[in-house]
Amino acid sequence: MATETVRRGRVRRGPGPAQTSEGARAEARLAFWLLIPTGIVLAVIIAYPVVRAIWLSLHSDARFGTSRFVGLDNYIRAFTGTGADAFWSAFVFTTQLTIVTVILELVIGFAMALIMNKAFRGRGLVRASVLVPWAIPTAVAAKLWEWNFTPDGVVNQVFNTNILWTASHWSSFWAIVIADTWKTAPFIALLVLAGLQIIPGEVYEAAKVDGATALQSFRRITLPLVKSAVIVALLFRMLDVLRIFDLPFILTNGANNTETLSTIAYKEAIQQVHPSYGSTLSTITFVYIIIAAFLVNSLARADVVKTASRG
Amino acid sequence: MATTTAPPRPAVDARPASRPRRGWLRENGLLLLGVAFIIIYCLAPFYWMIVSSLKANPLLDQSLWPQDPTLVNYQEVFSGENNFQYALRNSVIIAGTTTILALLIGVFAAYALARLNFRSKKLVLGVILAAAMFPLIALLTPLFQLFSNLGWIDTYPPMIISNISFTLPLAIYVLTSFFSEMPWELEMAAKVDGATPGQAFRKVIIPLAAPGVFTSAIIVFIAAWNEFLIAYTMTQTLAAEPVTVAIAKFTGVSRFEQPFGTIMAAGVLVTIPLVIVVLIFQRRIVTGLTAGGVKG
Amino acid sequence: MPRRLVKLGFIGLVAVLVLTACGGPDEGGGGGGGAQGTGPITFVAGKDTSGKYPAVINKWNTAHPDQKVSMIELPEAADAQRSQFVTNLQAKSDRYDVLGIDVVWTAEFAKSGWLLALDEGQFPVNEMLKPAVETGRFEGKLWAIPYDTNGGLLFYRKDILDKAGKEPPKTFDEMTALCSLAQQNNIGCYSGQFAKYEGLTVNFAEAVQAAGGEIMTDNGTKVALGAPATQGLTFLANGFKDGEIPKPAITYMEQQSQRAFVAGELMFLRNWPYVYALAAKDEPANKVRGKFGVVPLPGFTGAGSSSLGGLNFAVSAFSTKQQTAVEFTKFATNQENAKEMVGLTGNAPAWPALYDDPELIKKFPHLPVLKEGMQTAKPRPVTPYYQEVTTAIQENAYAALQGQKAPDQAINDMTTKLNEIAAQGG
Repeated sequence: MATETVRRGRVRRGPGPAQTSEGARAEARLAFWLLIPTGIVLAVIIAYPVVRAIWLSLHSDARFGTSRFVGLDNYIRAFTGTGADAFWSAFVFTTQLTIVTVILELVIGFAMALIMNKAFRGRGLVRASVLVPWAIPTAVAAKLWEWNFTPDGVVNQVFNTNILWTASHWSSFWAIVIADTWKTAPFIALLVLAGLQIIPGEVYEAAKVDGATALQSFRRITLPLVKSAVIVALLFRMLDVLRIFDLPFILTNGANNTETLSTIAYKEAIQQVHPSYGSTLSTITFVYIIIAAFLVNSLARADVVKTASRG
Repeated sequence: MATTTAPPRPAVDARPASRPRRGWLRENGLLLLGVAFIIIYCLAPFYWMIVSSLKANPLLDQSLWPQDPTLVNYQEVFSGENNFQYALRNSVIIAGTTTILALLIGVFAAYALARLNFRSKKLVLGVILAAAMFPLIALLTPLFQLFSNLGWIDTYPPMIISNISFTLPLAIYVLTSFFSEMPWELEMAAKVDGATPGQAFRKVIIPLAAPGVFTSAIIVFIAAWNEFLIAYTMTQTLAAEPVTVAIAKFTGVSRFEQPFGTIMAAGVLVTIPLVIVVLIFQRRIVTGLTAGGVKG
Repeated sequence: MPRRLVKLGFIGLVAVLVLTACGGPDEGGGGGGGAQGTGPITFVAGKDTSGKYPAVINKWNTAHPDQKVSMIELPEAADAQRSQFVTNLQAKSDRYDVLGIDVVWTAEFAKSGWLLALDEGQFPVNEMLKPAVETGRFEGKLWAIPYDTNGGLLFYRKDILDKAGKEPPKTFDEMTALCSLAQQNNIGCYSGQFAKYEGLTVNFAEAVQAAGGEIMTDNGTKVALGAPATQGLTFLANGFKDGEIPKPAITYMEQQSQRAFVAGELMFLRNWPYVYALAAKDEPANKVRGKFGVVPLPGFTGAGSSSLGGLNFAVSAFSTKQQTAVEFTKFATNQENAKEMVGLTGNAPAWPALYDDPELIKKFPHLPVLKEGMQTAKPRPVTPYYQEVTTAIQENAYAALQGQKAPDQAINDMTTKLNEIAAQGG
């Protein structure tokens, strides 16, 4: 029999504690087999290259010679050595991009979800519009924004400005932010909307009957209940923007200190054919993202992992 | 017998019938403004895409409305030079297969994580999440080497497998959250009310799971559809190139010119069907929501 | 402890090991030695819509039905092409047979062991343009054969100059003196390609060569930047500062600069010959049709010198059908096919005789000007570390053009960095 408690308007669902240790082992076995396919796919595509990247990062690049084991030399080079300028510049820029873009996307996406959640005519049109930016292939969108941000492009035309978007640091920053926010706010809207739609209408009705204003309803009912959806959106978007590549690469090619962690890793690994140093940069990025995710998780005071695996 | 709350229903804007009219306008005025904002925000650049695709030389001709609209760019997309139809076929196969397989694998994993008890569950979910954190750039070279050794370059499997692994963490995450929230007791309730296990599963569980599954399906499909870097590295000809790579290979008259008009035309061609497909799935979400649940 | 996790990891690891162990046989490449193997081959290059590749491929396929050539197309951007080449050749894949590579990649690809050394005796190198052939040489061996070559030209607004009774400029001083005309007509005076990419290196090299200098010598082992380089870079930087080069030009690559000229926004444009056909095109948005002319690049004290561009054909060291590949390379780069290529594109051929061909000149009147330019064209630094060299050049030149570094400071920094790169040996 399932137990349930009503806590803060949320009904706890999920399985009860396993009845016997025999049942527990059976559950664990079943869980194992259900998780095997995931394990294999992730091991081949992700684990193997990650391990290889870490291994490579401990060796030296020798384009026309032989590579030696150098321990942490590459890492020292990135943090304090000859690569430090480029690395820290990319680090700062990527972090700034992430903070601004994710906050902007959250706000816009959340607003969109709230609007889409209301029942009215023409809802279909709004839904379809919201899907468009997300559905346009990233490669096409990047080209589109590349052309929009040229000095004689449509952005300058429409707003009657003469900004050389890709010719200086901060205008490039905002160009990337605008392009990325436009493309992915719908993704957040979709996730938040899914979360909103789980909230039963009766809860709002009951609140209205009790005399709550729209703002109070929003703060006391909506926000807490969509918290988990928002956290999911926030986390995954953060992971994505920390690894952003397409837009800075196509829009600015890293000019004016607009390199991101992924663009410098790519340039080292593929353009300069320095697989070891490129792997070093990728590994550092990986660790940074893990730390960032952990921090956000704690700060939001939501145990993301626990929430998802409740039970 | 445990009581259950009613299953989720879309929020209905219920008001007492006697709400004064100016309140209606104020309330709905904001809504209309919000709707207008959304539509302009989302569609303005898309409008520019369409307009550019209808101009013969969108590079030189920057007017906001095509003065001499022409379909020459759309013809160019399917011409012998580009043969875009093959790229479309490839994309549909790759994204479709990815979605089906990723959802299968993801549903298994999510069920285990949401419904079963075992130790190290948090660790497993954490590891799955961490897998989504590695920069894609670093995966290119080793994966190319791997698939080249297998002789799979310029075939579908490398992209399908890679896409599955990139989208799996998020899909598992979303599905796990959904499955944790689902009122599984309703299945038992249905059986108590006389349904067979099959009927209980079909009539109760599936509709309840539908919103989560379809949300994940959309996310996975669009991510696979949009994927560029892996496809670019693993394919070489239209035998396996999806639309993202094919568009990157559109060329102009010389190696220094990009055919902006043709690229935009291809973008439009690729976006509209996708929006339609996703809209169809979106309706299933709403249907799933309203059809689910047993009161009682 | 989580036994399931361990089991999971174990199975995953086994899967990985099994998969990677199933490697194909290591496709070792043929180095010098003879070219062996015949059969169907692939030709890999960036495509364009001129039809030049289908023309030559169809001819070959008709004549050699059992050694058919199929084309693997790469995107236009040189950088994207290079990354595809690097990925495939590093993995020693045998999928690429004949490679269409940029002239600046020869040294790098050859030193990496990715190319088959060509037997000079088999190719008519003495009849082709010497500078173009030189781009295919490295460390005494021939690694690639020119398919086409390329040199910069100065496009100018003939109508404006004619109205003022002026001749097109032969030196930079003459050009800057004419900038007042541009101001009167409310358009920009001069532009090249100044965004932070390879085109910037080209424009910088031409500025240095215009002052009589060069960037590196002795196969990329010695840095030759000095007073000429400072003079060249200062000229460009001042151009931006004083407004002779319009501010947006800092974002221009070939396509945007061509757009600006054809839309009537520039009086002088430095660009590759392909612009000729676009500027002559009959379409409503084209403001310069029938109003422009072409002259060789100006220098400081006399004529300038353009940077040598172009495309070479090479054979992959890992190809299993190198004999066919070499034969196809010979065929595609011969004079007859070169003439057809010029007819379709207006690009500069590597065969001197074609510049005087009356049929071609009728279609592309800029060919004689191009011939004059090709006499003095110089290649960019020939070094296997070219990627690092061009990055160093771009960073410093871009900073100088933006006014963030004084030109002589930029040249100093560039020299330091290039010395570091050259010190890596080779």
